[in-house]
Amino acid sequence: MDLFQYDFMVRALAGALIIGLVAPALGIYLVQRRMSLIGDGIGHVALTGVGVGLLLHQSPVLTAVVVSVIGAIGVELVRERGRTSGDLALALLFYGGIAGGVVLVGLSDDSSNANLMQFLFGSLTTTSRQDLTVIAVLGVAVLIAMLGLRQALFAVCHDEEYARVSGLPVRTLNLLMAVTTAVTVTIAMRTVGLLLVSALMVVPVAAAQQVTRGFGSTMTAAMVIGVGAAAGGVTLAGEVNTAPGATIVILAIAVFLAVAVGAAAWRVLRRRSSPAPQRALAQLEPPEVVLQAELR
Amino acid sequence: MSVVTVSHAAVSYGDRAVLQDIDLEVRPAQVVAILGANGSGKSTLIRTILGLVPLAAGEITLFGTPQRRFRQWARIGYVPQRMGAGSGVPATVGEVVASGRLARRGIFRPSGAADREAVRSALADVGLLARIGDPVSTLSGGQQQRTLIARALAGRPDLLVLDEPTAGVDAASQDAFAAALGRFAGAGGTILLVAHELGPIEPLIDKAVVVHHGRIAYEGAVPEPAGHHAQPGHDHVHPHAEAERARICVAPTDRMPAS
Repeated sequence: MDLFQYDFMVRALAGALIIGLVAPALGIYLVQRRMSLIGDGIGHVALTGVGVGLLLHQSPVLTAVVVSVIGAIGVELVRERGRTSGDLALALLFYGGIAGGVVLVGLSDDSSNANLMQFLFGSLTTTSRQDLTVIAVLGVAVLIAMLGLRQALFAVCHDEEYARVSGLPVRTLNLLMAVTTAVTVTIAMRTVGLLLVSALMVVPVAAAQQVTRGFGSTMTAAMVIGVGAAAGGVTLAGEVNTAPGATIVILAIAVFLAVAVGAAAWRVLRRRSSPAPQRALAQLEPPEVVLQAELR
Repeated sequence: MSVVTVSHAAVSYGDRAVLQDIDLEVRPAQVVAILGANGSGKSTLIRTILGLVPLAAGEITLFGTPQRRFRQWARIGYVPQRMGAGSGVPATVGEVVASGRLARRGIFRPSGAADREAVRSALADVGLLARIGDPVSTLSGGQQQRTLIARALAGRPDLLVLDEPTAGVDAASQDAFAAALGRFAGAGGTILLVAHELGPIEPLIDKAVVVHHGRIAYEGAVPEPAGHHAQPGHDHVHPHAEAERARICVAPTDRMPAS
């Protein structure tokens, strides 16, 4: 392919593939815990970190990691308390984060709309060799944590009280989730941008779970879909000259729609062609109502 | 040595006292049922024993160790009231039951042959081995409850703690469940359970404790028909009174274990 004779396109592709692999591996736990939008919120907070970096002439990626980790830990502490005001606390944090970011970027020497857009919607083709190293190192670290601690993280996200009674370090695991979410958001900032990062965490999982039966298979399928959307998105964006981040997200959503429609059609077809197994299942499992009535 | 001791325990939510001056002892191989109406504080009592609810006063020991310093959580198998709020991400029966091995194995060690064997035998014990690869969301309420028991059994605990395990469970599941508990108790296991209705597990119970308005109102054999319901001051107006009288309190004396 001609497109990839340019170094910047190769780096763009490599960065996108890493994010496509890591984001769903983390996102599955967020979806399981019904916190699908947390990545979006942390993305808002990370923008303040970008602003701080530009203002102080530091690497915006570095300051974004620091600020979003602090934000994510704050969110986790609010969640842990389970107060009803948690919802409002999150709103304050998120909108404070994005407003702070816009103001700080505006105050910096390098204030231009293009600069802001680059962080909000990604700027994959300007990924430097150094950026790519940071993305790769942090991405691999997150991936190792998500895969290595799979059973423990699954237990905590599935049933937190049970995990507590099992003596698992629930708080540490929750904070680990918060920190890795913040790290993933920040390294994905280059690829899809802070406003679209949540999509890469959630959409591949949503697509995978239409057809999978277990947690492990959902995770594998989501990672495959994530990598596929990233590779396809970068290539397509190069061909038709669109924004790579948005193209990746649109491809992922297209996969979700295709899988959802396909799965629904498959269920209808199977029901029509073989009603017998359904009936056998019903006999095996009589309605509970009847049994309850017998009991009385 | 007692498996669980609770002495002078008190629990409050904010200013409201939920439990007051509770004393309870569970000895090895004993099967103890905590009974009481909705809102009596019976679930809070076992959640406090497990450390999920903080004590306001009093002391709890688990296997002879003060609860605060207790670390051998693998010795306790907890069965909550229902499966944690089912999220969109599917999980198979086997995956849920495998969580029960974490307390024994630790979080860093990958699961091995012994873990898989324990998961399979726990599922066989509750009669769900055939469903090991099915998503838990396709199971009936009773089967989900049996999955949670299997999860607790997979850790090979010494003490099972169950929070209303048979609430809203179909008869087939109640029987499978009672049989699994019977085998666990028969092998020398200790059981502490909270129940609103005993059903087929009634013959297993060695000691019943009735919690009423946050205090222990009765301790002894499973109450007879005229038991605590006939006591002056017992609140008969709660909507489950009929069901409760029919299920818990009709205890045929010939089935009562000699304790």
